[in-house]
Amino acid sequence: MTATETHPDTAVRQNAARDTWNVLTRELKPVVRDPFTLIFSLVQPLVFLGLFAPLLIGTSGEPPAETLQWFVPGVLVMIVLFGTGATGSNLQYEMMTGSHERTLVAPLARSSLLVGRALKEIAPIIVQSLIIVLIAWPFGFSINPAGLVIGLALLAVFGVGLGSLSYTLALKTKDREWLFWGVQQTLIFPLLILSGMLLPLDAAPAWMRAVSTVNPINWVVQAERALFAGDLGDITVLWGWIAALILAALGLWAGVRAIRKSS
Amino acid sequence: MANEPIIEAQGLTKRFTVKKKAVEAVIDLSFQVARGELVAFLGPNGAGKSTSLRMLTTLIPPTAGTARVVGHDILKQPAAVRARIGYVGQLTSGSFAQRTRDELLSQGAFYGMPRAAAAKRADELIESLDLGSFATRSVQQLSGGQKRRLDIALGLMHAPPLLFLDEPSTGLDPQSRANLWQHILDLRAAHGTTVFLTTHYLEEADRYAERVMVMDKGRVIADDTATALKANLAGDVLTFGFSSAADADRAVFVVRGLTDRAVRREDAASVVLTAPEGDALLPAAVRALDAAGITVRTATGVPPTLDDVFLALTGRTLREAGEGEPSEPDEDETDAAADVPADEKTGANR
Repeated sequence: MTATETHPDTAVRQNAARDTWNVLTRELKPVVRDPFTLIFSLVQPLVFLGLFAPLLIGTSGEPPAETLQWFVPGVLVMIVLFGTGATGSNLQYEMMTGSHERTLVAPLARSSLLVGRALKEIAPIIVQSLIIVLIAWPFGFSINPAGLVIGLALLAVFGVGLGSLSYTLALKTKDREWLFWGVQQTLIFPLLILSGMLLPLDAAPAWMRAVSTVNPINWVVQAERALFAGDLGDITVLWGWIAALILAALGLWAGVRAIRKSS
Repeated sequence: MANEPIIEAQGLTKRFTVKKKAVEAVIDLSFQVARGELVAFLGPNGAGKSTSLRMLTTLIPPTAGTARVVGHDILKQPAAVRARIGYVGQLTSGSFAQRTRDELLSQGAFYGMPRAAAAKRADELIESLDLGSFATRSVQQLSGGQKRRLDIALGLMHAPPLLFLDEPSTGLDPQSRANLWQHILDLRAAHGTTVFLTTHYLEEADRYAERVMVMDKGRVIADDTATALKANLAGDVLTFGFSSAADADRAVFVVRGLTDRAVRREDAASVVLTAPEGDALLPAAVRALDAAGITVRTATGVPPTLDDVFLALTGRTLREAGEGEPSEPDEDETDAAADVPADEKTGANR
């Protein structure tokens, strides 16, 4: 029959690495096409930098440079927290509009659909962090180059983990956007406050300090502070990496599990 | 390989649990589709058409039964099935954040096409589906008809031997619908693609499908060409008008002599019957009535529609059947298994 001749059986086989790369590059296309979206999502951290940092400087009584040295690493973690924490809503939108279904019918390794998306989160994290660092620089924020590189890598690992958890939440809540945002908002603010990102936890009651020790974001913030200050061998750097790696492993595991179930 | 059916479903069954009640969306579905066929699943919303398609495309696993699709088992080799089929779902295949041409290129990469081949193919499809003027626009900005054309292009990107289309023309205006069909028929003529679609538009199934499988309440209740279905199950409606009730009374006896179909009086001066091959019976009846000295004032023959077929099979019209049909979990008008509760263990997904 002629049909077989026009359709030789050269169908592609699944390959997790190649499929992940293809998913990743697809996810990056809108960012490359319209990089302004990255700048636009910097409004919130810039507001904190412009309106909250002066308050901190005022209340702490310390010189601006020192306050920035303490505050800017936290702002970078905040970018990751709000950016990748919400990224699941993109997937949820695609689940509701139909394109996620299309990718499920494509011959892609199921894991690649999650991992590729999670890895994409690294790009905005790096670009946005560098912009914030550059803005804070003239105001006396000092950067250790090696610390910057290691700090960005740590943020990337942290972002992959948090992004994966956000995608997992989207896969679990399906078309119930209210549930996605309800859970996301319920978690994100306690995590933010209990990370000592905006205000030091030194003056917090004992129970808050106790809770903050199990908040991985707290460890990541402390590690970032040490890294940007050039204390590369500080023990908090190790703890930050452990926290970020555990979060990434947990997020990827949960996310891949959720996406396997969704096919 | 060439003589093997491209789809071979055996006892496909899908049960959902909705509010702790078991709902049978598809019951013991068995059929074969040969290479090159153009088959339509016709049925009201909630008949189980989309659920069947979602099982055949590996999106949801069947509760029982299985199927071989393009030579591979949907349960044992879902990845091999996916690599060999194209699928156009009910919703929008393109991501709203992506640009039209970018999505086509990504789709090519997903199916293992080399970059240059994907670019060439994308441009061919952009050309043939009139997507050129918005190839660099984001999917979000496209109109309904444009989005649908992109969906078709995405489904065809890797030139699959088998294309599944779930309600391809729902929501399109008549002009766009006709265009869409022209594209499907052209592509099929060019590549010999097997096309399997669902629709609840009878005119569509009637006009384009070579084979119609009528589905109702999870079962296929008829499977034949549209012409044969109409001839065997419905037939033409013939109406004869006379100048008096007396003429009509006499006419009933004359017409009864020509056919074994029921002949009835519609009103005082007219006689109606439904019969296959009515186009041949109509002139024969006029001649016989003339010979009997009865003057026929009017004679009309109305060919049947698939709605008449559906009515004959189920006692309901398609439109009635589609309303308030509780046979699938979704309460909105789409026929997909979309709103299966989160605890549904099969994890059906949009």
